[in-house]
Amino acid sequence: MTSVKIVVAGGFGVGKTTFVGSVSEIQPLTTEAVMTVASTDVDDLSHVPEKNTTTVSMDFGRITLEKDLVLYMFGTPGQHRFWFMWDDLIQGAIGAIVLVDTRRLADSFPAVDYFEASGLPFVIGINGFHGQFPHRSNDVREALAIPSNVPVIPCDARNRESTKAILVTLVEHAMSMQAAGRY
Amino acid sequence: MASPGRGDDRLGPPTSWSGRGPGSWDDSPQRSGAFPQQFPAEEESPEPRRLVRPYTVTGGRTKPRYKLALEALVTATVYEPRDLSVLAPECQAILQFCLDWRSVAEISAVLRMPLGVARILVADMSADGLVRIHQRDDSEGRPDLHLLERVLSGLRKI
Repeated sequence: MTSVKIVVAGGFGVGKTTFVGSVSEIQPLTTEAVMTVASTDVDDLSHVPEKNTTTVSMDFGRITLEKDLVLYMFGTPGQHRFWFMWDDLIQGAIGAIVLVDTRRLADSFPAVDYFEASGLPFVIGINGFHGQFPHRSNDVREALAIPSNVPVIPCDARNRESTKAILVTLVEHAMSMQAAGRY
Repeated sequence: MASPGRGDDRLGPPTSWSGRGPGSWDDSPQRSGAFPQQFPAEEESPEPRRLVRPYTVTGGRTKPRYKLALEALVTATVYEPRDLSVLAPECQAILQFCLDWRSVAEISAVLRMPLGVARILVADMSADGLVRIHQRDDSEGRPDLHLLERVLSGLRKI
């Protein structure tokens, strides 16, 4: 048995869980990590019983690709202060999809910065709300300062075929980066 | 065969899994369901703190014996219902849930336990031979080309 994972990132309300749910074979599930507000280490409560705790949630879905190969898709926690959770998430991941809402472009900056810095292969999915794509892909690429080799594609997070297409694009991109010895 | 009164032992200190012979508990008059509502360890704390309670079952530990990926797959190696009663209810639940391969993330989500707790329990249960874990080695880094090709062809088929 082998499992692999793909990370789905983007700002709050951009459609990460919808994206995961459109292609997952199970209803998206939510896993929670308990942590202290001031802590930078997940679940380390041993010496700080008086501090407030908070819960970091991640939604995820699953696709069985072969009888012995399972793909998990994890949505990132929305709050940027929980970066340490992202380190956990990207460990051994195939790559990431950054969903972008062009009305709130700046929400996707932190994710793009993070994946660039970590060297994780990523693609940009422009989620067209109500099928509307008011901005061209190239304009979004320019606004986000995305290198030309990184795919930027319009998508509909509610649509299974559209979601599948982005997943395929990401895996192909990860393969080409690996073939080129980029990581 | 055990006498009916022996079921009371369950509230005492837990004994190791391997220490119980088969059949020790099968005539216990007490509950044998998978999700007992009572968590004996809670009674030992006069002022239970909300913060710490999820970690009671781990004996206060906040780090697993070894690193487990969110997507690490877990499966029960044994399934003997009558022997499960010596385990913490959370561990019993994990065994029952993992009759088929399940990820650490699914264990946490479906059995409603914090991710950190699920990781510690699964690592312990693996050390005790109760579950088998499949995960890629950290040192392998990202999935290699061969694995990516399998993923790609799988995605195209769904």
